[in-house]
Formats: sequence, C-alpha cells, structure tokens
Amino acid sequence: MKPGDWVVLLGFALATAALAPVAFIGGAAEKAVVRRDGVVIAELPLTQARRIEVQGALGVSVIEVQPGRARIAADPGPRQYCVRQGWLTQPNAIAICAPSHISLSIAGRAASHDSLSY
Amino acid sequence: MNRMSGQSIELTPTGDDDRIARYAAAAIALSVAEAAIPLPLPGVKPGLANIITLVVLARYGWRDAVWVSLLRVVAGSLLIGQFLAPGFFLSLAGALASLAALGLAMHLPARAFGPVSQSLIAAFAHIAGQLIVARLWLVPHDGLFYLTPFFALAALLFGLANGLAAAKLLESAKPA
Repeated sequence: MKPGDWVVLLGFALATAALAPVAFIGGAAEKAVVRRDGVVIAELPLTQARRIEVQGALGVSVIEVQPGRARIAADPGPRQYCVRQGWLTQPNAIAICAPSHISLSIAGRAASHDSLSY
Repeated sequence: MNRMSGQSIELTPTGDDDRIARYAAAAIALSVAEAAIPLPLPGVKPGLANIITLVVLARYGWRDAVWVSLLRVVAGSLLIGQFLAPGFFLSLAGALASLAALGLAMHLPARAFGPVSQSLIAAFAHIAGQLIVARLWLVPHDGLFYLTPFFALAALLFGLANGLAAAKLLESAKPA
C-alpha cells in the first residue's frame, strides 16, 4: 500500500458509506391510500400526523396518520379486524374493513414496480 | 492448407501473442473457478481475473491489459455457457469501463499510487459500467439503483483484495 492508495481507499470507502442510505429509501413508506369500494378517496402523505374521517358503508371510519405509519383508528364494523390490525408501516401493507367497504394501504415510492426479479 | 487456392497460410505467433495468451489463460481459469462460488446477489463477484489484468497492466502496459481482459470476457463466457447472454454483456460493459478507467489511472504518479488504487478505481468503474448497461437495457427502471450500495460495497472489498493480491504478485515475482 502506497500513501496514495490509502487516499483512494478512504475516498471510495466514504463514497460507499454515503451511498448506504440509498439501500433503505427504496421500500420507504410514503403515503397512505384510503379507498372505498376500490376507489381512492384520500391520499395522505406519511410525513405529518393527521386524522381524517371517511364515510363508509356502515358509517364513519377514522383514519389516523403519523410520520411513517398509518392505521384505522375506529370503524363501525362488527368484528373490528382492520382496527385491530394496528399500525401499518411497510409499503403495500393493507388493512381492509370489509363491512364498511373501506381499505387503507401504504404506497411506497414505486408502487407499480415492487419487484426487481427478472 | 487452403485447398481452394493451393496456398498454405501460416500464422506465426509472436512473443506478444504467446505472452497475452498465457496471461489470458490464467485470467480465464480464475473466472471459471470463480463461477463455481455461490454468491448472494446476482452480479456480485470477486473478479479474481482482474488481478491478472492489473499485473499485465503493470508489466506490459495498457494494450496488453485490454487484450487479456477482453479475451477473458469472451473465452470465459464461452466456457461458462454465458456467451451473448445478458451476463456476458454486463461483463463486457464492466470490463470496458474498467479498462477505460485503468487507461487513465495508470498515469497517476507511480510513487504514490500502486495497484491497489488502480484496482479500486477499476472496480468502481466496473460497477458503474454494469449499472448503466443494466439500467438502459435489462432493468429499465430506477429501482435498480437501490442496489448500488451493495455493488459499491462489493467493489470496495473485492477491489481492495484484488489490488493487494496484484501488488503482492508484482512485488514477489519481478520479471527478469
């Protein structure tokens, strides 16, 4: 190893370290999508906390968004499956309140391409 | 014998040819051996054959390094059964990019920069060339670039290892 080699090594090591965050943004959750009967009725960015109420088939459901996650906080459905599912954090995660025709899903940056397999 | 014209054509290998063939054979053997090693991510390989390229570059210059490297890509892919498959074009793109980078890197002052620098520069040029070809042709989506950190890490580790190996070889076996 010559002195310049150390400089080059250090430079590339820093560049590699600087690239490391790229590995984690790919699947980053970006927004919560609320649908009724499959139709998008609200898109909420996962950057700020919000609470919205949406009208479902049975009544009002409450969607709660916090930075990086979202959940269905309340729903008039009889079995409460979607509420008990809790916070959704991963892209393509979905909570479905079938009785009230409401669904909440998390969309990542590249919703239409979620796989790199070829 | 060329029966049609009745003339015989003889090809006399020059010293250059012999030398290049010898080094290319060593590089091909390394790339075939390396194909047997299972690796976690497609496209991530140690690139042991680049040790040969670096040694040839240091001893005989850039022209010979280009020959050895390209012969290795073509003949190696024939042996592995990858010739003209996507992997072959990725190898070729990587090899061309790193040869271009080596052509520039060899002009760095030899007092301060050795084979390790050249190896690292070539390794990063290699992944850059591959990523560009892959993005333009194989995976036309920016999602590909999410893999960049893994390729960069591999280039850093294997570039360093190959460079150290080449430096060791050049040091221990100086040509007469």
